[in-house]
Amino acid sequence: MQDLTEPILELIRLTATNLPPDVEEGLRDALQQEEPGFAARGALETILKNVDMARENSTPICQDTGTPIFYVNYPEGWSTRRMREQIKSAVAQATDKSYLRPNAVDSISGVNSGDNIGDEHFPTIHFEEIEGDELQIDLMLKGGGCENVGAQYSLPNSELGAGRDLAGVRNVALDAVQKAQGKGCAPGILGIAIGGDRGSSFVASKEVLLRQLDDSNPNPEMNDLEQQLTEESNQLGIGPMGFGGKTTVLGTKITSKHRLPASYFVSVSYMCWAYRRRQMVVKNDQVSYQ
Amino acid sequence: MQQVSIPISDEAIHSLKVGDPVLLSGTMVTGRDAAHKWMVETFIKATRTPIDDDQQVYQEIKPLLDGGVIYHCGPVVSGLDSQEYKFVAAGPTTSTREEPYQGDVMRHFNIKGVIGKGGMGAKTLAACQEVPGVYFHAVGGAASLIAQSVLEVTTVYKLDFGVPEAMWVIRVEDFPAVVTMDAHGSSLHAEIESESRSALEGLLAES
Repeated sequence: MQDLTEPILELIRLTATNLPPDVEEGLRDALQQEEPGFAARGALETILKNVDMARENSTPICQDTGTPIFYVNYPEGWSTRRMREQIKSAVAQATDKSYLRPNAVDSISGVNSGDNIGDEHFPTIHFEEIEGDELQIDLMLKGGGCENVGAQYSLPNSELGAGRDLAGVRNVALDAVQKAQGKGCAPGILGIAIGGDRGSSFVASKEVLLRQLDDSNPNPEMNDLEQQLTEESNQLGIGPMGFGGKTTVLGTKITSKHRLPASYFVSVSYMCWAYRRRQMVVKNDQVSYQ
Repeated sequence: MQQVSIPISDEAIHSLKVGDPVLLSGTMVTGRDAAHKWMVETFIKATRTPIDDDQQVYQEIKPLLDGGVIYHCGPVVSGLDSQEYKFVAAGPTTSTREEPYQGDVMRHFNIKGVIGKGGMGAKTLAACQEVPGVYFHAVGGAASLIAQSVLEVTTVYKLDFGVPEAMWVIRVEDFPAVVTMDAHGSSLHAEIESESRSALEGLLAES
């Protein structure tokens, strides 16, 4: 089996320092919508300048490089045990090279491990065996500021007039955006999961953020709701950094999971504008990045 | 763009109003969750007895914070092995977690400026009027750009809190921020919160 430590180190560097083109495009569109002379526009100008600078200097876009979350789709024959070791080794090296901030803190002692290696969920690695001969590794870095404003609702919720349908999903999602204010580093991207249990629902709400910002949902009803939530979130007037403005949310991604008859969870993962996710593909021993 | 030098005079603080873009220059100290908890428990409420270097650090940060600025930031720092520290990425962290502590910390140390992101609440706003002081909002996530304004890492205290939580003493030039809470009782955050809540109520009523 090919040693992937070096290619994964490069995946981490790329993810932490080089914002994906679809997100940068979204931020440039947002800039056009904000009025010159207002703080919202100034914030977006600073954000875009920072994106360029991080790319040029190979330094982290944001100092909070989050929990490194890896999604590994591997063809038959790869060892997940060895890939886990290689991912951990690459994460520790990336921390040493200042691509990642040491972020793994023991919750009881308060001690930071110093190299981003914690328990079995830090870094987080999802493995899935797939057909074909191509190995794909997606990496997402999601900081604590936006992670903290994520929310989960159990429907019905009478306070928000939210029943167990898409109209109810809309109400609670808008509530989450209003409660987040600028604290999740708006303009953000909403990852929403409908259904599942409490755990799988939150996991799905993050995984759906791997989609491209400008794609559409194959389900027409969910696609309409995605458009509606982006538009209505922007009517809240929270704006970039919560300074007030027209661009609060750059996009919305929705997924649904089977649920128990008794449960109807809606989980909202709020992704900050520094929407860091990249993919690495290994095919015939050749490594490429997207 | 207004230039603000640290330490900041009361006159300069009173001249600052919500919405003013500023460039800060001088020496500031980073401090976030662990540092605020430590300052309040060990020295302000004194519910915990100082141990190890607590007393020494306290004596050394006092003059730095008097009239000074605290920055809610957990940086990425290079040169940890050689102790030739350099800020690589250093944007603000969410300030609201320090809301239970910030007002008391500002009064105790005579802190004139708090830098962070996301804004703070009523207790901090009251302290801004009393001390007086202001809240400067830096652009969240703009970590590489802000790190460029850090000329030098002077020293570090409480590195045992971990790199993000340690108290880094830094000399900055033209650090960009916007005043979002001033010494006159205005808060952009309170305003946006209230307006967006009305907008949400309007949208929910449509359904």
